Amino acid sequence: MPTPVFIAENTTKTYVTNEVEVHALRGVSMTLFEGEMVVLLGPSGSGKSTFLNILGGLDNATSGTVSFMGKNLTDFSESELTRYRRDYVGFVFQFYNLIPSLNAWENVALTTEIARNPMDPQEALELVGLGNRSSHFPAEMSGGEQQRVAIARAIAKRPEVLLCDEPTGALDTKTGTLVLEALQRINLELGTTTAIITHNTAIQQMANRVYVFKDGAIESTHENERPKQPSEVAW
Amino acid sequence: MVALPVLDRKVIRDLKRLWAQVLAIALVMACGVMTLILAQGAYRSLSQTQKTYYDQYRFGHIFAQAVRAPDHLKDRIAAIDGVAAVEMRIVRSAILDIPQMAEPAAGIALSLPSGRKPAVNRLYLRAGRLPEGSRTNQVALDSRFAKAHGLNPGDTFSAILNGKKLNLEITGIILSPEFIYALGPGDLVPDDRRFAVFFMAQSAMEGLFDMKNAANDISLRLLRGACTPCVLEQLDRLLKPYGGTGAYKRKDQQSHAFLDAELTQLSAMAKVLPPIFLLVSAFLVNMILSRLIALEREQIGLLKACGYSSWSVAGHYAKLVSFIALLGVGIGSIAGNYMGKLMTQMYAQYFSFPFLVFDESPDIYLIAAAISLFAALGGALSSIMKAARLPPAVAMRPPAPPRFRSFLSLKSKRVRILSQLSTMGLRHLMHNPVRSLLTSIGVSFALALLVSALFLTNSMDHMINVAFNKAETADARLTLADDKAPSVLDDILRLPGVLTAEAYRQEPVILRFGPKEKRVAITGRPTNANLSRILDLDERVIEMPRTGLMLPTHLANQLGVKPGEMVTVELTRHNSILQQVRVSGTVTSYMGISASMHIDALNALVPTGPRISDLAINIDRTRLDDLYDAVKQTPGLGGIAMQMLSREKFRELMDQSFTSMLVAYITIAVIVAFGVVYNAARIQLSERGRELASLRVIGFSKQEVFHVILVEMAMIVLLAQPMGWLIGYGMAAGMIQGFASDLFRVPLVVLPSTYAIASFVILTAALACALIVRRRVGKLDLIKTLKTRE
Repeated sequence: MPTPVFIAENTTKTYVTNEVEVHALRGVSMTLFEGEMVVLLGPSGSGKSTFLNILGGLDNATSGTVSFMGKNLTDFSESELTRYRRDYVGFVFQFYNLIPSLNAWENVALTTEIARNPMDPQEALELVGLGNRSSHFPAEMSGGEQQRVAIARAIAKRPEVLLCDEPTGALDTKTGTLVLEALQRINLELGTTTAIITHNTAIQQMANRVYVFKDGAIESTHENERPKQPSEVAW
Repeated sequence: MVALPVLDRKVIRDLKRLWAQVLAIALVMACGVMTLILAQGAYRSLSQTQKTYYDQYRFGHIFAQAVRAPDHLKDRIAAIDGVAAVEMRIVRSAILDIPQMAEPAAGIALSLPSGRKPAVNRLYLRAGRLPEGSRTNQVALDSRFAKAHGLNPGDTFSAILNGKKLNLEITGIILSPEFIYALGPGDLVPDDRRFAVFFMAQSAMEGLFDMKNAANDISLRLLRGACTPCVLEQLDRLLKPYGGTGAYKRKDQQSHAFLDAELTQLSAMAKVLPPIFLLVSAFLVNMILSRLIALEREQIGLLKACGYSSWSVAGHYAKLVSFIALLGVGIGSIAGNYMGKLMTQMYAQYFSFPFLVFDESPDIYLIAAAISLFAALGGALSSIMKAARLPPAVAMRPPAPPRFRSFLSLKSKRVRILSQLSTMGLRHLMHNPVRSLLTSIGVSFALALLVSALFLTNSMDHMINVAFNKAETADARLTLADDKAPSVLDDILRLPGVLTAEAYRQEPVILRFGPKEKRVAITGRPTNANLSRILDLDERVIEMPRTGLMLPTHLANQLGVKPGEMVTVELTRHNSILQQVRVSGTVTSYMGISASMHIDALNALVPTGPRISDLAINIDRTRLDDLYDAVKQTPGLGGIAMQMLSREKFRELMDQSFTSMLVAYITIAVIVAFGVVYNAARIQLSERGRELASLRVIGFSKQEVFHVILVEMAMIVLLAQPMGWLIGYGMAAGMIQGFASDLFRVPLVVLPSTYAIASFVILTAALACALIVRRRVGKLDLIKTLKTRE
């Protein structure tokens, strides 16, 4: 029986702006197990990013509980959340968010400097196939390369979970595939629990499990018996 | 209601959104406008008042003194080509005895022609009337002294004139263009309580001083276009047989010289300070606008795609900048007007004018507004042009990512001197070196302003210490009405309360070296003088050599003479006898340009034999009142300079004016430092919001993320320190040069503590900025920032 990493129960999130209440999450329950790769699908505004942000400690749930390895994230203070992100979570975003003034190696070293049990930055870059680009600055790399540096930066601290929000959203198919391959390789080789948000339905074929969001709730869920390789996925 | 064009609404909203930065820039600009209005307004007030006063009251162009010039000389002087009017009168010093005041006051008595107004140097009558020609005990009294003692027409006071004690009746209260600024003997600053100027009828003065049909003071007014040097020369020739000590121009007249020095300072202030503030604010405008335009790149593209012309886009940003400038002009005008009025009130205390109103003519404000707009738009020009030139298709694409260089990248990745966070800060700093340097220079100006204000206390302290504690240590100086034989020293020593007394001799001369000449006095000093000493360049007391002339460095430099060389001494009171004297050395002196000789050598030089003209005394302070009484009764005393009181008055005035000046300078420096650092930090934060949010997501704490910003700010502020010290020292040196005159010179002394205090103020202001920015780092919206494309 695999160990659960995240257990979310009846999680809701309500934003109040200008006295208008927006219900971003309306009671989401989900369990993520160690080492699995899940894909969260759904149209814009369906609540998948809000949910991922709560898992990653970037945001707080309005009600319900979210526990990470038995600890309730909803009870965490601001500094405990920072600590949590630093020690356990790797993030990958659509727009890479690399530091332009640091080269690839240094961008990765940014996390290894503060992590408890990091890998060598060079090793992380090699894992994403960029071992030979370590001294290049973001401005000197393609979008796909930048995204892979972002992945290397996220996984170099050996996080328990890797949370990816539209990691291929800004990329073409060919470079997108390279990025997905890197994510899958890390999931398999390091056993990092990985959650990927996408609105590209084809990508779901590489996941162990797929959740489909709609209007702030989970509309449906299904499992893949045999997840496909990114290169086999047509998108 | 008239609907505002949409673009103008955007201007208003942008201003609201950027209010803190807008205000910071406007305040820096306001400092420029304020100093301009203050200095220009005060300059105009003073110079216009001076001009009107001089013209209406016929202030002289040329002045001369003689021992005894017969009245019939007047026609010959009037016949000199270019002379418009001549006035000859008697001027003598006096000692005044004022009820309710223990110490004697020094006074100067001047004669008024009877039956007519003076042709030169007329009096402004504030109250009462002028003395009658037939009355010997009536005077018109200077308004400052009258005010200080509450004296009015009809009141009386006693004075010793030529050894005779008289009871004088005040008939009128007057102001004179000759005494706009009036210094008593031995005083460093005006003291209204202890120095009086009063006018008596000519016939009364003639009788008192045995000067029937003669005068010792001559003033001339010249015709427009007259040849001043020619008049001076001819006047000197006419006065020579009568002990003329050499005619001089307005610029050497004491009151005028002080007023002129003040005007020069104001005009320098109007020229130097506003450009500094305007340059800094132009730079700030440039910084904020180029960032705004970078952020609104896509909006600019969109506007153009919708059909807005390049001009309307440029105009949009120009409006934003113009508003900032006008806000600065508004604040600066109000502050400048207020400060200008305060300054004019202060001038009214120092300078005695019948009227003095702060000049508020609108053109100064218009000029200030125009200059500020020009500076702001100048600073914004490159950014505005960039926005106007941006083709819409290019604008709607994101800009090319910035390229960084591998500065600080270490070959061996295992050796880390700097953390990645510090590397980020430093690389960002180096990415835009010109901007970083300009920011630093902006901060250094603030620091320099502080140094150039704070050092004055160092210099004044040093000057006071040298002048009073080392050189002039006497409690008082007694001037004799006429030079006397040395035996008078014993009489003085017998006065009650006099502990020690030293005799000195003053001899007016002209010193010549090559083509240069200078009218000065030679002070004859006794051996082992203790109360008035001369100092070498290291401020050690030096014994007066038996022979030769000691010159203050300022005078030696003016003449271009070095120790060992011979100068020609013309004894102006003694038929202009010429003597050759060797310069034996140069000495430090901050006040006056009097040359020194051993009194025996001076006695040998002058044909009259041994004489004494004044005495320095030390006083037993428990017997002050007795001494004051005795001085008031002693015939033969021409005047008394209470140096111990002069010092206190000087100190008091310095403390007063320095305190208010320092408050003003510190406020201004903090505004500039704050404006520059705050804007730089906010722009950094805007440019790097994404990076910083990434760091927060990765798991860096707020403190660590703030560290990145702090590294860059700290580097900029630290770099500004040595630059600011250097610029400040330069400004201080410039100010000292500007102050230097024959009357006094201020030494350039900048103590390490001055640099430290200035840096402390600037660092505190920068730290306050940092804390404000730190709050904004805490408020970074991580999710929003990361999910938007830059």
